[in-house]
Amino acid sequence: MSLSALLIQLINGLAGASSLFLVSAGLSLIFGVTRIVNLAHGSLMMLGAYIAYSLIARIDGGIPGYWAAVVLAALGVGLAGVIIERLLLRRLYGAPEMLQLIATFGIVLIVKDVVLSIWGAEDLLGPRAPGLDGAVEIMGRAVPQYDLLLIALAPLVLIALTLLLERTRWGVLVRAATEDREMTAALGVNQAWLFPAVFFVGASLAGLAGALALPREPANLDMDLVVIADVFVVTVVGGLGSIRGAFIAALIIGVVKALCIAIGSVSVWQLTISFPKLTLVAEFVVMAVVLAVRPWGLLGKPLSMTATPQPRAFQRAPGRRFAVCAALAVLLLAGAPLMVDAYSIVLLTDIAVFVLFAASLHFLMGPGGMVSFGHAAYLGLGAYAAALLARSLPMEVALIAAPIAAAAGALVCGWFSVRLSGVYLAMLTLAFAQIAWSVVFQWDSVTGGSNGLFGIRPALWLSDRNAYYVLALVVAAAAVASLWRMIFSPFGYALRAARDSPLRASAVGIDVRSVQWQAFVIAGLFAGIAGALYAFSKGSISPEVLAIPRSVDALVMVLLGGVQTLVGPLAGAALLTWLQDSVARHTEYWRTVVGAIVLLLVLAFPQGLVGGIRQMRRK
Amino acid sequence: MRRAWNAWRWLWIVLAIPATMAAGQPIKLGELNSYKTFPAFLEPYRKGMELAIEEINRGGGLLGRQVELIIRDDNGNAGDAVRVAEELITREKADILIGTFSSAVGLAVADLAKQRKVLFIASEPLTDKIVWENGNRYTFRLRPSTYMQTAMLIPDAAKLGKRRWAIVYPDYEYGKSATAAFKQQMIALQAGVEFVEIGVPLGKIDAGPVVQAMQDAKPDAIFSSLFAVDLAKFVREGEVRGLFKGRPVFNLLGGEPEYLDPLKDEAPAGWYVTGYPWSAIATPEHKRFLDAYQGKYKDYPRQGSVVGYSAVMSAAAAIRKARSTSTEKLVDAMQGLAVDTPFGRVTYRPIDHQSTMGAYVGRIAVKDGKGVMVDWKYADGKDYLPTDDWVRAHRPPN
Repeated sequence: MSLSALLIQLINGLAGASSLFLVSAGLSLIFGVTRIVNLAHGSLMMLGAYIAYSLIARIDGGIPGYWAAVVLAALGVGLAGVIIERLLLRRLYGAPEMLQLIATFGIVLIVKDVVLSIWGAEDLLGPRAPGLDGAVEIMGRAVPQYDLLLIALAPLVLIALTLLLERTRWGVLVRAATEDREMTAALGVNQAWLFPAVFFVGASLAGLAGALALPREPANLDMDLVVIADVFVVTVVGGLGSIRGAFIAALIIGVVKALCIAIGSVSVWQLTISFPKLTLVAEFVVMAVVLAVRPWGLLGKPLSMTATPQPRAFQRAPGRRFAVCAALAVLLLAGAPLMVDAYSIVLLTDIAVFVLFAASLHFLMGPGGMVSFGHAAYLGLGAYAAALLARSLPMEVALIAAPIAAAAGALVCGWFSVRLSGVYLAMLTLAFAQIAWSVVFQWDSVTGGSNGLFGIRPALWLSDRNAYYVLALVVAAAAVASLWRMIFSPFGYALRAARDSPLRASAVGIDVRSVQWQAFVIAGLFAGIAGALYAFSKGSISPEVLAIPRSVDALVMVLLGGVQTLVGPLAGAALLTWLQDSVARHTEYWRTVVGAIVLLLVLAFPQGLVGGIRQMRRK
Repeated sequence: MRRAWNAWRWLWIVLAIPATMAAGQPIKLGELNSYKTFPAFLEPYRKGMELAIEEINRGGGLLGRQVELIIRDDNGNAGDAVRVAEELITREKADILIGTFSSAVGLAVADLAKQRKVLFIASEPLTDKIVWENGNRYTFRLRPSTYMQTAMLIPDAAKLGKRRWAIVYPDYEYGKSATAAFKQQMIALQAGVEFVEIGVPLGKIDAGPVVQAMQDAKPDAIFSSLFAVDLAKFVREGEVRGLFKGRPVFNLLGGEPEYLDPLKDEAPAGWYVTGYPWSAIATPEHKRFLDAYQGKYKDYPRQGSVVGYSAVMSAAAAIRKARSTSTEKLVDAMQGLAVDTPFGRVTYRPIDHQSTMGAYVGRIAVKDGKGVMVDWKYADGKDYLPTDDWVRAHRPPN
């Protein structure tokens, strides 16, 4: 590759980085101030692209008309952001950490369907930006003018935001809130006014990014999810709340991706590395490396050590009555095949698997206080290990051995993750999950690549649906019972001590990191059991088992049910699985319905379903 | 104790009521697809199916019974697809399964069909494996596979005598097998041909760097299997940067209205594509389909409409021929079954259960601000299949 080719690729990388930064800047702002994991940021960007498409088609005014449409689209999305904040998120600020995540998950589902119903399914390719539709020749190569505009625009937005944050009173308040939300509130800053403003600016930036993306890609229904993981990575790599950090992070990721493509396939000895394939996970690899070296991102500051107040959950082990009730419930469920139709058994098997999956994540999140955004990795590792082992070993052996693979994955991921905290920890688990996913997705000869693996059959005595259901039920129940048993064992108490007060915990001789690491491995192991059960119940698995949507599902299950309760995650898992099944059957716009139900539940029960019911009973 | 037992029983009976209500008279076709994941293709697909159902029922149904289509969303992943298929089989008592889009989901349902012994007509998945390496007795496939559609472009590609080809593909089953099929067939036809490949993540092409890298490779011609968003981004970036100047480009599926129409007047003129020139096909069978479709929906059909329509018609033909809805009889009827589709008569080959449906091969031109296919011809699927010996060597015995 010639030097000029390399330089042009760098320019391409800068253009990519610029558009990445434009989307990320808004999230960085919102995320930094409100600590809301706003999954809907990608949806806002998508909305911006669609609105801009419609406005550009309507406003007929050459160059000024075009840019007026872009700005209007951005402002429109900003307004949508404010509405979301006022109507929904505002009500959840007092709720346990991360709960807003489910609300934004509901919004993602609804926005997708709304866009589909308004603009239709076909991709909408907007016109090129007037006056900027050609190319400039640089070193004998054509570079699109629009790319150069983007490259210039990103620093301008950075400067504008920096001025806004550092030279205005509003900016001072926002920065204060980023540093320490409680203290800012205590000093009398009206957050009811601050937060919507932040949301307006952040959402406008998302809308602007969407509108600016239009000349480079058609408005389409996948934009939201394609972009959301990337922008979280940029925000976290840069450091929470640091716009400048986000800028640098976007630059690094954009350039790394362009260079991967530029380098192409390289053969070293016998090994051929195809760098273009790495673009699938380049950003996650960058994030894993950065977080391993700098636990708070490039320019982020260590989070203030305000321990999140935890309700006094899990203090006493449930009594005998609880155990008897649980045993009776399992017994009742075991009788289901006598009474219900065959499909209900299929569904109940799914529910059993996901209940265990949710319980394993809950072990990490509840008593452990560590949120994982990539829990599906262990479900997937268990499932793939089971499928691969079952080829040469009896199914029963595969079922028992497979979770060990998941635990091994958690052993590696956990070692790195427990060195971080909060959202950084969560994002590192996501990075590991994405890397695992891409390995599974690319490794055709072993994992079957994008197709996955087929013909994963349970042993003959379990081949009947009912028999397999009873097995899944018994295994899941036993596994959940052992997880609960662990929560109230000395280990569980040590884990909670590590969560609530790391300093005091180490003072009394608890090795905080080691305890948390063990919790990681345990959670991975039990997710792996769920994965193995899943593989044999389906007969086929594909890489989606360990993709982001599965991880999000798990989070929603736990939070929906109530992270501070024992039974909550189980109820959440059962409810979400049942909802997705039954709603999808009856309505075309099932995503909206699921999203709306989830939203309503969150608003009605901010402590989670079971948490809410318990609170009502106390009153 | 007795009361507890009764309460327990009633609880389950109440829970089971929706199940018992499902039993009914009509013949049921169970359709599962990734409606919300690939809506651009599957909305027209659904319309095509519903048109077929309407025509069948207006003609008196099948075996004197009405036909009912039960549609489910498989959420675009294998795990959910298996659950939904189980529901169609067990609760809805579907007589035939139809559908699926992506390879992973198609292969998963095919495997389930084999396990549960249900006829499965895979309408859309293009993967070669579903009829060859992973073929089974209960699975039949309608559309021409990736291998076949690539083969349809090969004669034109080989004729050009270009030596150095740049290949760009979405990095998953479809793109990979298109690339493999292209290389394999070109090497067989042309000595000294060489390839440079770039695989890009599906739906996430970084078009600038990719176009640049292809330019730096200095190819004589280009073969692409991109579609949808990736294709639009590639076309735009390639045009601005002059990648396509003086280089013939071949693009699998590029002429399908689903992917061609969004490009509007920027449709890349001169590209060789497979697709569906709906406005220009004058055969009586297509004319009839087109009129019926436009009459019902006030919209023109897409490639998906033809696939959906033909899939339902295949199921109907199988039921007529078998004079029964028992799976084994239906499967036997499917072997060598002839079905009239908007593309003409197709046959499901007994040797590998692949239908002989073809595709239209032509070049893109821009007319009235829209991309259209010109100089096209219908490539009959039967002419682009591997030899029987090859099939026997690669397909497991039923």
